Order: sequence, then C-alpha cells, then structure tokens
Amino acid sequence: MSTPLLEVQDLFCERDERVLFEGLNFSLEAGEIIQVEGPNGSGKTTLLRILSGLSQAFEGDILWQGEPIDEVRDDFLSDLLYFGHLPGVKAILTPEENLRWYCALHPHTRTEGITEALANVGLYGYEDVPCHSLSAGQNRRVSLARLYLSDAPLWVLDEPFTAIDKRGVARKEALIAEHAANGGSVILTTHHELAIRDNLRKVTLGGQASPGERMEVV
Amino acid sequence: MAKSWKMPTWFYRLGSPRWSFEIMGKLLPWFAIGAVVLMVWGAIWGLAFAPADYQQGNSFRIIYIHVPAAILAQSCYLLMAVAGAISLIWKMKVADMVAKSCAPIGATLALLALATGAIWGKPTWGTWWVWDARLTSMLILLFLYIGVYTLHSAIENEITAGKAGAVLSLVGVVNIPIIKYSVEWWNTLHQTSTFTMTERPAMPPEMYLPLLLMVIGFYCFFAVVLMLRTRAEILEREKRSGWVRELVEAS
Amino acid sequence: MANGNEREMSLSRVFWITLRRDLMLAYRRRNDLVSPLMFFLMVATLFPLGVSPDPQFLSEVAAGVVWVAALLATLLSMDSLFRSDFDDGSLEQMLLSPQPLSLLVFAKICAHWMISGLPLTLMAPLLGLMLFLPQEGMSTLVLSLLLGTPTLSLIGAIGAGLTVGLRKGGVLISLLVLPLYIPVLIFGTGAVQAASTGLPVGGYLAILGAILALGMVLAPLAVAAGLRISVSD
Repeated sequence: MSTPLLEVQDLFCERDERVLFEGLNFSLEAGEIIQVEGPNGSGKTTLLRILSGLSQAFEGDILWQGEPIDEVRDDFLSDLLYFGHLPGVKAILTPEENLRWYCALHPHTRTEGITEALANVGLYGYEDVPCHSLSAGQNRRVSLARLYLSDAPLWVLDEPFTAIDKRGVARKEALIAEHAANGGSVILTTHHELAIRDNLRKVTLGGQASPGERMEVV
Repeated sequence: MAKSWKMPTWFYRLGSPRWSFEIMGKLLPWFAIGAVVLMVWGAIWGLAFAPADYQQGNSFRIIYIHVPAAILAQSCYLLMAVAGAISLIWKMKVADMVAKSCAPIGATLALLALATGAIWGKPTWGTWWVWDARLTSMLILLFLYIGVYTLHSAIENEITAGKAGAVLSLVGVVNIPIIKYSVEWWNTLHQTSTFTMTERPAMPPEMYLPLLLMVIGFYCFFAVVLMLRTRAEILEREKRSGWVRELVEAS
Repeated sequence: MANGNEREMSLSRVFWITLRRDLMLAYRRRNDLVSPLMFFLMVATLFPLGVSPDPQFLSEVAAGVVWVAALLATLLSMDSLFRSDFDDGSLEQMLLSPQPLSLLVFAKICAHWMISGLPLTLMAPLLGLMLFLPQEGMSTLVLSLLLGTPTLSLIGAIGAGLTVGLRKGGVLISLLVLPLYIPVLIFGTGAVQAASTGLPVGGYLAILGAILALGMVLAPLAVAAGLRISVSD
C-alpha cells in the first residue's frame, strides 16, 4: 500500500476538561472523501481545526504524505483549502477583490477563473457589489467560490452547505465528487445527508461507530 | 514553532509533572532551612551589628530588604521568560507552570522593592517618591509583571494563556535592557537629586557580607515559594491523573 | 536558483498586495481614520486647559505632550489592526496560507503606520505651534516621530496579536504595551528637547533608528506567534 495522503495516529484532544476524542486513528487516501460525523459538541470542528493546523491543542501524530505535519508545514499549506465557520470574506471588499486576495496568498489557484467561479456559485453580476450588501448565504458562497479556483488536493470543509439553498447544495456535492474523482481528497462535516456514495467513508466522533470503520470511539 | 533538538535526558524528565513534583518535594525542606538560616543570620547581623552609614545613619539598613527584593524581582522576570521559552519550544508542561507561578511572585517582589525604596527615600530625600533611575526601572518592571499577569488571567484556556504569557515575557526580556538603559540615560538628563543610590562608595565588608547573606537567603526563599506554587499548580492541572488521585487517597 | 528568485519575487508581491489591500480597506472606511487624529489634537488641548496656558511653561513641556498624545493615539488605533480579520475569518486564511505569516503581518503593520503614525507625524507641527514649541525643535519633532511612530505600531501590534481573541482586548493592549513604549518616549522627547536648546540630535535619532531596526526584525515574529496562539484558542 502506498503512503496515504494524510494519516492520523492516536489523536487525543480534550477541551475544558472533557475528552473530545482519544485514540483516534484514520487515514485519507488520494481520491477519498471522509465525512466526520457526531452530535453537536463532539469535536468535529475541533478535529478539522487540528487537521488544518489552526489548533495545536492535541496529542498524537498527524502525518502528511508520511512526514510529520510540523516538518512539512509549507508543503501541506500549499496543498490545503480550508473552509471554516467564518467565511473569510471582507465585508467592505467586493467578491472579486476578496477572491483576488485569496489567490494572491495561495499558489495553486487560478486568478483568471474568478468571474467563472462566481458565476458557478450563482453570483454572476455581483462581482463589484461590496460583500456587506450581500446576504449571509451569498457571503458563504463567495467563500465557496474558492473551491472552483483552487487546485489544492486536500479540501477541509466545515459545514460547507450551511445557508446554501438546495440547488446550490447539489452543485457543491457534484463538485466535491468531481474533485475526488480527479484524485483530490476531502474531509468535511455536514448535517446534510450526502448523496455521494463513491469513495465516501465516515468517521464518527462521540457517538456510536457505524460498522466497518477503522477508528476507535470514546 | 522551532524544531526540537536533542537535550540531555534529565531535561526531558523535568517535563514530567510527577517527577518534578516529587523532586521539588525533596528539595523543598533544604531550601526552606537555607532560607530561614540565611535570612535570620543576615538580618540580625545587618540590623544589629553592621556599622551605621556615615551619611544616612541607621536608615540605610533597609537595603538588607530593598536590595535583595530588587535583585530577585529582576531575576524572576528572567526565569519567567526562560521558562516560557522552554514551554513554547519543547511544549513542556512544567515549564509553563513555573512561568505562571513566577508572575505574581515577581510582582510582589517588585512591589516590596518599591515600598522599601519609598520608606528609605523619606529620611534620605525627605519625600516618599523620587524619580530615581533604579526606582523608575523597578516601577516599569512592576508594570511588565502586571501586563503578563493580566494577560494570563484574561485568557480562559490554560494552555493558550501560558503560551501568550510566554511570548509577552520574551518580548519584555528583549525590552528590559533597552528600558533600563533609556531610564538611566533619562535620569542623568533630568538630575533631580544630588544623592543617588546608584553611585555609592564601596561598602566595607561588615556591611556587604550581611547583604550577601540576605541576597542568597532571598533566593532560597524565592525557590521555596516558587516550588510551593508550582507544586500546587501541578496538582491542580493533573488532578485527574492516576498518581495525583493516589496521592490524595494516601493522605 | 531560478526557483529561489521566483520565490523572492512572489514574497515581495505578497507584501505589496497585502499592503495595498489594507490601504484600500482603510480608504473605504476613511471616516474611521480621522478619529485617532482628532484624539491626538484633543489630548494636546487638554494640557493648556488642565495645567497652564503660560507660553513659557508650555514650550517646556510641548515635546513631551505631543509625544504622549501620539503614543496614546497610536494605542487607540491598535485594537482594530487584526480585529476585523479575526472576526470575519480572514486571519484564519492568512494563517493557513503558505506565505510566511510574519511577512503578511509586517505588511499590515506598514499599512497601519501609513494610516495612523504618518498622519500623526504630519499633524505634529500644528500641535507644536499650539503648545509654543521652540522653532528650532519643530523639524526634530517631525523627524523623531517619523522614526518613532513605526516602532509604536510594531510594538503595539504585538499587544494586538496577543489580545485579538479576547473581547476586552482594547484596555488590555494598553496594559501590555505602554511599558514597552517607554524607551521610544524617552528618546523621542529627548531629541526634541535637545534640539530646542540647540544641542545636537544625531545621537537620539540614531538610537530611535536602532530601536526601529530591532523592532522591524523581531516584532513581526512575535506578532505572528501571538496570532497563532490567539487563533488556536
């Protein structure tokens, strides 16, 4: 077996004197989608923040392409697209300016695709409108437009479908499936029932583990 | 964060809260005895037997508290920063607890140095407060301690608080020499008093030997307080681990 | 070689883009820029009202008053440096970009100085006039602020980075940062006072420059570390 893209070994995390998870093991191969499940407060967001490197409050090892993630931080970050609770969209900039800024910071992105990406998330014609006059859902879609711009192999998406309408959700799901089909990998949390079946695995936190999983549950 | 490099094994054992707790427990009585003996000896010698100052008479004797407190307040900041750096680089829990324990002790010492300085100032200069270079530096040091302490208590998460405090105390350590230099320089520019504590004729041995005893005694006392606080902190943070429970049940 | 060169190119590009973005953000909210300047003016007005309008007295304390007012005005504007980036998640994206965080931070601090420290410096002669600062001290006042205010922004950013995750960040920053401002204050006012009495000022300005150089090297690293800590909470 080749080295997995991302490997989590014996991960332990506690918050406010409560153990969120311990002995958590899983790995992510290229072309795979992992859905992190669990009730509210089970540490889904915390896990995603740990995996992306935002939070260091854990014990255990995270390997990126077989190397400890701290030692290959720059390579890892070049390959990562993170979508968190906060959209990372500046209210007084326009959607286009926001995305330009993102592309400037991230090497594996296509600045020339911004107009198309905005059209893809249903914001055609809003390029030059300041984001504070857009709705919350539209702001999240500005942030989601990054998915169309990025060539990063790993997507970490925390509740990407919140405040997105049904049709939008279906398109995002198709995009995620396409990303996986092209050899990309996705880790996401969502309360939404995914239509994707291929290459999908589930990791459950804080609850009952569904059969066939490679992880231990607290 | 910096990459870790190899350090001697005892260094890593220091990182174990349990091992540190036990070793501190063993060291405590020795330092306590040292502190009591040295401080009592130094105080009696200094207060009762050392000759009076030809200029200030008996009021100079407050240096036997003022000087050790001032020296220690500065060492304590350095220790806090070094412990903070160790906890940042090697993620060592005990170092973080030591750094946390340092802030209130250091602030108290700085306050003690300022209070004794003021008491000394009254008979010497006729006022409680003079913008003397050393006193001003000590006041700024107290401000730096207050900053670290306030930041620490403002952040709820213990680990985050420790890291933030460590960064701030490291920034402070870089600044302390600059602050000291600038304050001394400022003081020479605005010379307010003819007599400074900084420029004194050399003390005779019967005056400075008790001072030396007091300084070492203060260091021992500081070590005792620091170890007590750190041990309490270890128990608090490790209260759910097996060895602490055993300890509680045994007692 | 080519690769390293390309990287260098892209680093300077990232710096300029970040600087331009922050300046544009400031420009779109330009009404906010006026408040620190007005604060600066008002603090300086308080002294003649609160102490004495005597020209002799004022000309003696003018350097110190202008410097203290500049210091407080900078401090006032410090909290906003990372606040909105933290609140809307831009800071997370900055942390997760492969670009060196200290470089992004440095660009943001430069932008902050251009919209706070620089206008303060340009406005200082007006305050100097109001406070009867001797004519000889005027150019030195501007020069010392020009060298000193960037340092204030750099040091203030450390406080802002450490407190950005906290609700009551604003007051806390003052407690953390004010003691660290003291050397800049001492040498800044020292320079102006020396100039007013006709003494050479080269030494003071050199020290202010040295402190600035040290700050430019070390402060962005400390700010970056502080931001990582604040975001991880």
